[in-house]
Amino acid sequence: MITLEQVTKIYRIGDEEVRALDGASLRIAQGEFVAIIGPSGSGKSTLMNIVGCLDTADSGVYELDGQRIERYSEDELARIRNHKIGFIFQNFNLLSRMTAEENVELPLIYQRLSMRARRQRVAEMLDLVELSDRKSHKPTELSGGQQQRVAIARALAAKPSLLLADEPTGNLDSRTGKEIMSLFHRLHAEGNTIVVITHDQSVADQAPRRIRILDGRVQEVA
Amino acid sequence: MLWQCIKMAMKAIAANRMRAFLTMLGIIVGVLALVVLVSLVTSAGDAVTEQVEGLGTDQIRITITDDGGRPLRLDELSSFTAHADIGEVAPINQISTTARFGDESGQATVTGTTPSYADISNLELISGRFLRTSDVTNNTHVAVIAESAAEELFGTPNVVGAEILLEGRPFLIVGVLADQETFISLFMPGYTVYIPYTTAVRMSDTLSSAVTTMLVSASGTDMYAAEVAIDEMLLNRFRRDEDAFDLFNQALVGEVMSEITNLLAILMGGVAVISLVVGGIGIMNIMMVSVTERTKEIGVRKAIGASRRSIMLQFLIEALTICLIGCLIGVAASWIVLQVATALFGHLMSFHLSPGVVILSIVFSIFIGLIFGLSPANQAARKKPIEALRYEG
Repeated sequence: MITLEQVTKIYRIGDEEVRALDGASLRIAQGEFVAIIGPSGSGKSTLMNIVGCLDTADSGVYELDGQRIERYSEDELARIRNHKIGFIFQNFNLLSRMTAEENVELPLIYQRLSMRARRQRVAEMLDLVELSDRKSHKPTELSGGQQQRVAIARALAAKPSLLLADEPTGNLDSRTGKEIMSLFHRLHAEGNTIVVITHDQSVADQAPRRIRILDGRVQEVA
Repeated sequence: MLWQCIKMAMKAIAANRMRAFLTMLGIIVGVLALVVLVSLVTSAGDAVTEQVEGLGTDQIRITITDDGGRPLRLDELSSFTAHADIGEVAPINQISTTARFGDESGQATVTGTTPSYADISNLELISGRFLRTSDVTNNTHVAVIAESAAEELFGTPNVVGAEILLEGRPFLIVGVLADQETFISLFMPGYTVYIPYTTAVRMSDTLSSAVTTMLVSASGTDMYAAEVAIDEMLLNRFRRDEDAFDLFNQALVGEVMSEITNLLAILMGGVAVISLVVGGIGIMNIMMVSVTERTKEIGVRKAIGASRRSIMLQFLIEALTICLIGCLIGVAASWIVLQVATALFGHLMSFHLSPGVVILSIVFSIFIGLIFGLSPANQAARKKPIEALRYEG
């Protein structure tokens, strides 16, 4: 349900042309748990931006849930992200002024869900990440692991087709990192599609399927 | 969505209270200036208009400056009242003299006139009667005095039947009038006394029997028709000599006064609006800073699925909220200032919050919030999600 075919993305920095993705092809099925690994500068971030509909390819085809993501307008991409992609960031990216509950609610507000539906979903999600007792806390009052769990609840709240995690354990100590990874395993077992982007081999090793990206090209890791 | 935006705006403002307050200060001062200045001017204008109306806006004052050797006689006046548009005509002459009762004495402005004067000037009798036609024809020594004069000379307002000495001559007091508190009294020093026109002429060495000043009222409410009528009749009387008399329609004073106050209100309001605009620029400045500071937040919101419109709306409503809160604080502060002004100067006039200017200031604040919030909000909405997410402030 995620298909990339010969995707190319070129950045121009001054006079220099950087081929961040150079004919990358990739297929990820519904319900898979995939790690994408690569050193910095390999095109990892670009791949994530395109898969996450934050950016569009210069050439090639990207299909998400059978929908071809082309040069849509920014608002159309926003709508696709809102409904189909759940982002999890390295530095959590929770809004500091808002409580855990309100952070989780945010994508649902942009979906224009009714207040009742939002309340219910938020409670459900915080329950899922076992933070119901922390729902009124602000990010600064939560530990790193808790913040990442709130971020995961936020990513899940919109019931996306894909959970897209960018170095989700990068800012956590190894024990908390393991907790987050085991949460991913649980979510995977429940049927969620998860893509984790990392440069950390030990994190990648925990995923059932690993893909390496190097010089803008994708290769499977056995 | 709108409600969510308002909630977010309140949160953003609450998170940065000091800054928000300083930003609002421009609007607060602007609204304060607008509401207080315009309220002061309209209050003062109202007070003046009230005074002018008390002075008798329903009368025309005619002064004959050059009769060309054909003085206007008292008995000619009845020919003017015959006109359909003219109500009544009363001649007046004034002498300044000493009024005395027993040991009490004081300066008095004695007005010689006819019975019509009471109606034209809306005099209000407390006791007794006003002058009668027979008093004028027989030039009797009767006087009607103001209540304050009675109080000061006799120590009581019940003086009908008593005698008062004017220039040493005894006058029988036949009536007492309520005091008219208008600023015409400023031009009439001392006690106010009315005596028959003819009696006044005889008392004075300088007054002649020719009518030089008279008051004219309209038969209905149309002061303009009365003015035209009396003007025409006097022109005929004085052989079309336009310089023979001056005609002063007091209704005009009221109109001119209210025009002046309106103009002043607009002028003051205009100056205040400039300070509101300056306040708006302050808001734009802070909103720009705020947008830059919150680039990351904008990136996160966009990644999560916020459309340009939602981001735009969020920042626009934040600017609007700052403006409106500032406006409300400004209106409240204005109310306090006007209350204090009334407490201090209440004896001169009362200052009240003019509802029109309150509505105006709210409308202006909304307008300014929109105008100056638009550009920062647009800046926020146009941020690219990838770059915004990467931003480390």
